[in-house]
Amino acid sequence: MGATHLPATEFDGTGVDDQLEAEAEAVLGEPPTRMVQLLGPDGTLGEDPVFSAYARRLDADKLRGFYADMAAIRRFDQEATALQRQGQLALWVPLTGQEAAQIGSGRASQPQDYIFPTYREHGVALTRNVDLAELLRQFRGVSNGGWNPKETNFHLYTLVLAAQTPHAVGYAMGIQRDQKLAAANATPGQPQEPKAAVMVYFGDGASSEGDVHESMVFASSYNAPVVFFCQNNHWAISVPSTVQTRVPLADRAKGYGFPGIRVDGNDVIAVHAVTEWALERAREGKSPVLIEAFTYRVGAHTTADDPTKYRGSDEEALWRAKDPLERLEKYLRVEGLADDAFFAKVKADGDELAAYVRKTTHDLETPDIRTAFANTYAEAHPLVAEELAWFEEYSAGFADEAHADEADTDGVANR
Amino acid sequence: MTTMTIAKAINEGLRATLSNNPRTLLMGEDIGPLGGVYRVTDGLFGEFGADRVVDTPLAESGIIGTAIGLALSGYLPVCEIQFDGFVFPGFNQITTQLAKMHARSNGNLTVPVVIRIPYGGGIGSIEHHSESPEALFAHTAGLRIITPSNPHDAYWMIQQAVDCQDPVIVFEPKRRYWLKGDVDTETPGASADPFKAHVLREGTDATVVAYGPLVPVALAAANAAAEDGHSVEVIDLRSISPIDFDTVTDSVKKTGRLIVAHEAPTFGGIGGEIAARVSERAFLSLEAPVIRVGGFHMPYPVAKVEEDYLPDIDRILEALDRALAY
Repeated sequence: MGATHLPATEFDGTGVDDQLEAEAEAVLGEPPTRMVQLLGPDGTLGEDPVFSAYARRLDADKLRGFYADMAAIRRFDQEATALQRQGQLALWVPLTGQEAAQIGSGRASQPQDYIFPTYREHGVALTRNVDLAELLRQFRGVSNGGWNPKETNFHLYTLVLAAQTPHAVGYAMGIQRDQKLAAANATPGQPQEPKAAVMVYFGDGASSEGDVHESMVFASSYNAPVVFFCQNNHWAISVPSTVQTRVPLADRAKGYGFPGIRVDGNDVIAVHAVTEWALERAREGKSPVLIEAFTYRVGAHTTADDPTKYRGSDEEALWRAKDPLERLEKYLRVEGLADDAFFAKVKADGDELAAYVRKTTHDLETPDIRTAFANTYAEAHPLVAEELAWFEEYSAGFADEAHADEADTDGVANR
Repeated sequence: MTTMTIAKAINEGLRATLSNNPRTLLMGEDIGPLGGVYRVTDGLFGEFGADRVVDTPLAESGIIGTAIGLALSGYLPVCEIQFDGFVFPGFNQITTQLAKMHARSNGNLTVPVVIRIPYGGGIGSIEHHSESPEALFAHTAGLRIITPSNPHDAYWMIQQAVDCQDPVIVFEPKRRYWLKGDVDTETPGASADPFKAHVLREGTDATVVAYGPLVPVALAAANAAAEDGHSVEVIDLRSISPIDFDTVTDSVKKTGRLIVAHEAPTFGGIGGEIAARVSERAFLSLEAPVIRVGGFHMPYPVAKVEEDYLPDIDRILEALDRALAY
């Protein structure tokens, strides 16, 4: 080996000159990543050189709307958790703590935009007018996708983490082609369809999946009109975000050649501003954008999880103090934009929503397995037809037995 | 009627679908100016441009994943996977997303994505370039899988795959890319239904079912058997999912003996599926057990020994001998 053997210091670092190292870092080191924040935890509105302009577009109605949405989805979350505890849902995926990230970004989208969620985006679903009771179908085990995405431009939940990120880029590539085609066929003076973009949600855990990398490469290569919205809620079930990344996730965008921006995910005004900026940028074909919403999953990963096994209550308390609803409530009250009557109405509306969801969940119809036969393929399929025919015959055998039982008991025992 | 190779027939089929439907687009690695490593997309980039013949980043999951998104937005993507053994980075997208989207959406969404995969061995290549992974996909409900064995089918099946509302994987027999044959570009004729098996040669003593690259081998084996006085029927399966069991069963009811030949390992393969179905449907017609001829239960071996691995005429004849001995 001899000559090819490098000195040990190359590997263990013991020979590194600390002074030189510090000087190198001073030259090479990036400035620490900035986090955009407008509304602080104490409820005071700060200034941002870029995004305050976006925040100023918001009138009192919009701000009250944000609060009402966040309160509604938190109430819904509590109700769904209760329904799971009562055995009405197989599982629930709580979002509490992430309301600002979801409502702020969802409300920044336009109807013509198409949204790909992961599976915790109940708040975004609300902003896209998905019937929240329908959303529970998946968790009640009566559907694997409870709504028609074509009606809301809100795609189905995707459970294989990050698998939806290339779908979003592909959809954006489709929009790109649509827009080129429309521009080529446009008649002067005729109004154009509004430009659209795609927004795709994923988390700090999913950011480690290869599909996120591949999507960002594709998005960058084709300059696809897509916004990557990463909710860094700090925990991928039990594994902290520090295991997923050693740098702020927003910084990864640099490697792909498009802007990455970290925003206080508990500040609905900042999230809205940043997302509006990003979506406008994407719609105009300037570039994809990665947004990292710095937030926290206050509750469990799912109702099957036990956070006390992997994190301290002090950490949870720290984040509860940054609550997205409380800070907006403070702001609205101090600025005189909302009064007790407004907050009482929000609470009443939330209770009404909860009652609706509870009732509708109980009524959600269990599908017939024949619908699964029907929906496996879009076109006729001989094997599906053969197995369905067998199933019908097999089932009919039980129907005969049932009739026979009734006959045996002279119709006394009705099952 | 024009004579052309399978590769050229697919090229012409793709050209036809790109011309007929503005929402069709091709995507894959090196399919643009190069025309693909097998030149199957030769000339199409120049003709239809970079938006419709898309050279993608080198990422199979990204190719399939973005194709799904394009399909959701109303386009008809045809993806090229460069080699059979390189489909696996895209396996997750194919099996958990592409195959399930229609069912997941309760029928509201369709994802008419086509995936072209050159497959099979016999080309003296390095690892991952000679595999036959069709059974892994056939096991996944929601996908359709077809494989042409001649230029006429190749020309029509790629277009039929694009027209299908379901996702379709087209396994292309790469060692037969240069096989020539007549193509009727006016009408598909007997090839109108890509999911139907074709009886290529009628016989009375035994049936050999093959598909893709082994179809010429099966025909040659039938010719050799004829010299020994055995009348062998040969079926080109054409569709691996769904399988046209009616055509296969009808043949077995006539001949009483069945050999299924494919390059893929026999264990857990398409041959086993056919054997099981035929034994259910034509048990009393069988004069002998169904015999499978296929690859061994090992990773595809090195090129220098692949001839010992791949089913050939003699392996099919040996199986016929065993079946006829009952």
